[in-house]
Amino acid sequence: MTNSTHLQTMTRTVRFRIYRYDPDQDAKPYMQDISVELEPTDRKLLDAIVKLKALDDSISFRRSCREGVCGSDAMNINGKNGLACLTDIDSLKQPIMLRPLPGLPVIRDLIVDMTQFFKQYHSIQPYLINHDHPPERERLQSPEQREELNGLYECILCACCSTACPSFWWNPDKFVGPAGLLAAYRFIADTRDQATSERLDNLEDPYRLFRCHTIMNCVDACPKGLNPTKAIGKIKEMMVRRAV
Amino acid sequence: MVKRIVVGAHYGLKDWLAQRITAAVMAVYTLLLATRLLLGPTLDREVWRGLMSGTIMRFLTFLFIVCLCYHAWVGVRDIWMDYVKPTALRLTLHALTLLGLVGCAGWATRILWSI
Repeated sequence: MTNSTHLQTMTRTVRFRIYRYDPDQDAKPYMQDISVELEPTDRKLLDAIVKLKALDDSISFRRSCREGVCGSDAMNINGKNGLACLTDIDSLKQPIMLRPLPGLPVIRDLIVDMTQFFKQYHSIQPYLINHDHPPERERLQSPEQREELNGLYECILCACCSTACPSFWWNPDKFVGPAGLLAAYRFIADTRDQATSERLDNLEDPYRLFRCHTIMNCVDACPKGLNPTKAIGKIKEMMVRRAV
Repeated sequence: MVKRIVVGAHYGLKDWLAQRITAAVMAVYTLLLATRLLLGPTLDREVWRGLMSGTIMRFLTFLFIVCLCYHAWVGVRDIWMDYVKPTALRLTLHALTLLGLVGCAGWATRILWSI
């Protein structure tokens, strides 16, 4: 019997070490060791965490769509940020270490306060700015113009990238972060948007954009395979084109 | 006083660009010097002196010193910006770094022209 057939037919026990912190009860955070029996059909990490919740209902985490679209179950898995619903449980070394996303205040266990993250996202005005009278039908783009938006609009705002970025850890109040900058470029690159210059002005700042030192943790962490570093590079390139 | 977050200094591009240009200049200088040292005659004091007192070499070395100091200024200032939060302390460190680098540049230039 091959390993994969074995996994498909047998139950298995998976060991976890989970970050636990309830500010109402705990003086400080601690790591809890816990194991769970999984059915052959439990393939993703989120399946296992849902089962853990049945064993210990005090474990707190966010989840919603369970298929990598909503971005709510982002967490630090064995030291790397990712989505629990997209992570194959059998690809992880045990005990599986689960921690909240780094750099954001912990509300409880694996739940973090995303206020700062969304504040930065909102600061780049993540919506189309066009002062022309809306046409009867949609605003058209050529296939090439539309192509530029690929790899930008797919971001689900899970915060895996921004919370993997040391520049965001040091300056979360001032540095927009990779997710916000990817979204910024999404609108800068959009030919239907008319606020390109204002958007570049908004980012031309030693903190807001230029804290990025291109270490590419964001690219490594993105569960959707997006490349914020490339988008940031394109913003810088546009600023250079504008200035020289 | 309520401390609000203030951003929008509207600089950054110039320094970011300068850091890249100065890095390129330093890389080219290092390659040129390394090539000259590897392929040229055995190095002794006289050969070194002859090399460094030539007009072109003086010009290139001076350019290298200026680039090194500017590059270091942007890099060290970035470190202060990341790790030092109190404004007064940061401003002091910025000023000391700047003054130190200007001093080093002046000193290195003086040495270069005294060869």
